[in-house]
Amino acid sequence: MTDKIQIEVVNRRTFVLGASAAAALVALAPLGSTPASAKAWGDYLKEAIKGATPVEGKVKIDLPEIAENGNTVPYKVNVESPMSDADHVTDVHVYATGNPGPQVISAKFTPMSGKAYVKGRMRLAKTQEIVAVAQMSNGKVYMGKTTVKVTIGGCGG
Amino acid sequence: MAKPRVKVPKKAKVGDIVEIKSMIGHKMETGLRKNKKTGKAIPRKIINSLVVTFAGKELFSAILYPSVSANPYVAFNLKVPGSGDVVFTWTEDGGKTTTAKKTITAA
Repeated sequence: MTDKIQIEVVNRRTFVLGASAAAALVALAPLGSTPASAKAWGDYLKEAIKGATPVEGKVKIDLPEIAENGNTVPYKVNVESPMSDADHVTDVHVYATGNPGPQVISAKFTPMSGKAYVKGRMRLAKTQEIVAVAQMSNGKVYMGKTTVKVTIGGCGG
Repeated sequence: MAKPRVKVPKKAKVGDIVEIKSMIGHKMETGLRKNKKTGKAIPRKIINSLVVTFAGKELFSAILYPSVSANPYVAFNLKVPGSGDVVFTWTEDGGKTTTAKKTITAA
């Protein structure tokens, strides 16, 4: 009789643990806090553009003003360019300045792309500024920014 | 890696700019999450790159970082130069790859 009760208790406990583990997966939780050694987004940007000075303009980055769920925030980057062989966008880098790992995506385009456009979904830890930087085939660098309010962070916030 | 889902128009006119959408099922484990029971960090495992070619030439490629959401979705454009195959290759940390292929017939 007592044996039976014990088994039941154990079963319930394992069930609860399993359920919480599953819940953690679904919530896709913590990116954790920023490690002290983490590089700031500006350092990554400098590495990527190798000394060029980014000029504001030409790059349009669209995100919702308020993101309720930081786990998947849709973004859209559009860069003004004729996308011809002589003059096209070669790279677009997106940085989430307040994330523990600020790099989001580095996309490479070719004149075959027709339009320098990329769309996707990112994780956002907290309310922050998102920066998109475009490198042109002639060496010029342009950038665009936007701010997103995040209600529930996708990185443990 | 789960089965990829890609959306490519079957037919297009030469010179048209078409949108190509891709998505692949993947947890995109950031490497910063901790196992709640043991307190150990769960190792990073993400899809770190997507390369897309059209008719054998590189069309678009992207390096993905842990800040990309789970089940990474990436959409981009193609200015149709003629008929050809669009080939997608995703690479996971550790080097495992998954590919998908779709054909565009130019009118």
